[in-house]
Amino acid sequence: MPRAPIIEFSDVSKTYGEAHALEHVSLVVGAGEFLAIVGPSGSGKTTLLRLVNRLAEPSSGEVRVENADVRLADPPLLRRRIGYVFQGIGLFPHLTVAENIAITPRLIGWEKDKRAARADELLNLVRLDPAHYRDRLPAELSGGERQRVGVARALAAEPKIVLMDEPFGALDAVNRDAIGRDYRALHAGLGLTTVMITHDLTEAVLLADRIVVIHEGRLIEEGTPRELMISPKNAYVRELIETPRRQAERLGALLKGGA
Amino acid sequence: MSLDPRIDDALARLPDYLGNHVLVSVSALLLGLAVSLPLAILSIRRPVLRNALLAFSSIVQTIPGLALLALFYPLLLGLSALTGRAFGASFSALGFLPAVLALALYSMLPVVRNTVTGILGIDPAVNEAALGVGMTRRQALLMVELPLALPVIMAGIRTSAVWTIGTATLATPVGQTSLGNYIFTGLQTQNWIFVLFGCVAAAVLALAVDQLLALMENGVSTRKRGQIALGAAGIAFIVAAALGPGFAASRATYIVGAKTFTEQYILEALIEERLQAAGLSTRRRDGLGSTIIFDALKAGDIDVYVDYSGTLWTTQMQRTDTKPREEVLAELKTWLVARRIDLLGALGFENAYALAMSRKRAESLGIRSIADLARVAPGLSIAGDYEFFARPEWRALVDAYGLSFRKQMLVQPEFMYPAAAAGEVDVISAYTSEGRLAQFDLVVLDDPKHVIPPYDAILLLAPGRAGDAKFVEALKPLSGAIDVKLMQAANLRANGKGGDSSPEAIARWMWGEIVRSGK
Repeated sequence: MPRAPIIEFSDVSKTYGEAHALEHVSLVVGAGEFLAIVGPSGSGKTTLLRLVNRLAEPSSGEVRVENADVRLADPPLLRRRIGYVFQGIGLFPHLTVAENIAITPRLIGWEKDKRAARADELLNLVRLDPAHYRDRLPAELSGGERQRVGVARALAAEPKIVLMDEPFGALDAVNRDAIGRDYRALHAGLGLTTVMITHDLTEAVLLADRIVVIHEGRLIEEGTPRELMISPKNAYVRELIETPRRQAERLGALLKGGA
Repeated sequence: MSLDPRIDDALARLPDYLGNHVLVSVSALLLGLAVSLPLAILSIRRPVLRNALLAFSSIVQTIPGLALLALFYPLLLGLSALTGRAFGASFSALGFLPAVLALALYSMLPVVRNTVTGILGIDPAVNEAALGVGMTRRQALLMVELPLALPVIMAGIRTSAVWTIGTATLATPVGQTSLGNYIFTGLQTQNWIFVLFGCVAAAVLALAVDQLLALMENGVSTRKRGQIALGAAGIAFIVAAALGPGFAASRATYIVGAKTFTEQYILEALIEERLQAAGLSTRRRDGLGSTIIFDALKAGDIDVYVDYSGTLWTTQMQRTDTKPREEVLAELKTWLVARRIDLLGALGFENAYALAMSRKRAESLGIRSIADLARVAPGLSIAGDYEFFARPEWRALVDAYGLSFRKQMLVQPEFMYPAAAAGEVDVISAYTSEGRLAQFDLVVLDDPKHVIPPYDAILLLAPGRAGDAKFVEALKPLSGAIDVKLMQAANLRANGKGGDSSPEAIARWMWGEIVRSGK
């Protein structure tokens, strides 16, 4: 079943002075899709994500969210209906966990009681005990706990779209896998559309419905994880795919009791 | 009962001085905050404005506090004249207004710098998150940037408060009563207990406010509302306690002015004593600069003070010639009448500028007059007070006698006389009514060419006060009542120790002498 488009990039370019961050990128994200954008640092993938909620503006081309040109939307109002998980997590250090989570509902004007209830609900959702965590300050949390709070904050105002910029990059392997799987379940359960940036192809392959690869500001490959693993068209992508595939084969062989 | 009557005197003045000090420094601090906080916030995303603001407040900071305060007086005076002409309403350029404005300007730098540093120092990831969750710029400022920068801003406010309270002691010379009155009066009358009292009181006040603000700062950074409230309550208590008695006191009807030297403090006390004896309520405004005080009288900010004919002759009338004593007085009186100022009378003595030398040194060099001095001057040194070498009399002396010295220096008057006696300097500028001339065995050199104009001490009344019969009657007996010997003796007493050396005690003694001599 083809998905209805919810985010559309049409021939988008972005230049910073002489430097080209993005060149003629066109991409459609379907409603309910989990899209991973993969690419090395400086490839322009973060810029692409920031165009969606107008943290950056394209130099040319058009970005549409829910069938409307984002340029017609007031940036703060647009951002309040799109969840965003930041690379540096970006929790407000002077606000408690519950206050951090309920920040967007507060901006929208929810009542205090409703906000508190929502914060507890989300803490449960990201598997943190509300009684134990709600009144703590971010500085008192571990990296994994902070990232879970970051995810909860992005979901607080019941957005349809969630943008994630290297959300689990700073975590150890075990935490990373656990939070990744938990999030994937939330994505499905809440009917979200998720665009996640990562430089880790394995993570993309394991979580996403579809992967696009960005290299030097250009979209060079697009497909399902399976398509990318089996028949990558682009030489760079082939190289990129080689490592996880070799690792997977080696792990598979080990599990079968060989070597 | 205290050990020293001067301590009792200092304590008696504390409510007035402290109350005014708190009033002027708190007003300046609040005004400074009201200007510098919004400006600093506005400048955060405007680098040009930010640099200009920081540069401006740094430059203000390099101007010595005393000079900054003094600069505001002529500035406001001009402004007052302008509004007077434009709207028919002028304001007092003396005292509270220039002090508050100058101190507010002075208080800006720490607040501006810390606000800018505090906000710019926030982790960019937090700023990005603030926008990303959907805050407007204004919401990001109020909900994220200011709360995060608050501890740094509070630290700036603390620095600013301590600076302002300390610098407010310099408000005295522009006519604003402050704890500086102890220091300026003490320095002039060699009352070291006063000087110390003023310093300690200002330091205690600054420390107390600093500690209360520190408590608030700590409360802010650790999110303890109780500490913030306690600190704020403490400051409110200081303000209320300091201002309470001041506002309760009745407004004085007559204000007596004085310049910044001993003789002026004594005469101020004498005038005040006479007015009070006539049942009039009085207040003092002392430690005023020489030209500020005349403008203050002209504007009606003070009602009466003693000036000297030669001073007004040269600095106000801009005369470069000299005339005999009586003619100077007559011409001055006419000139003052045109300005609606009444010259009630001459007190009977002169406090003229003169050149003086130690008797031994003068005799060994064979010097009796300035003409004699001119011949050997190139090998001698001369010391003058802060005004002397800038005055027209000095230029006239140089021109008339061809004076030229090996070395020329500025010295506080109190130290000049002993320096001349000890031979550390050969010639000093002196005042003829100075008691220490005799004390240190100094001789005044003759002025055969009559270059230095006469300096009769004269009582000046503010416009409109000449018709106040009770006021005039109370002051009349001082006219012609003080000869130079009495003034010299009075000035010499001020250098003594103990309670007898206070201006009030000397004033009472002088009145006793005046009555006894039956003048």
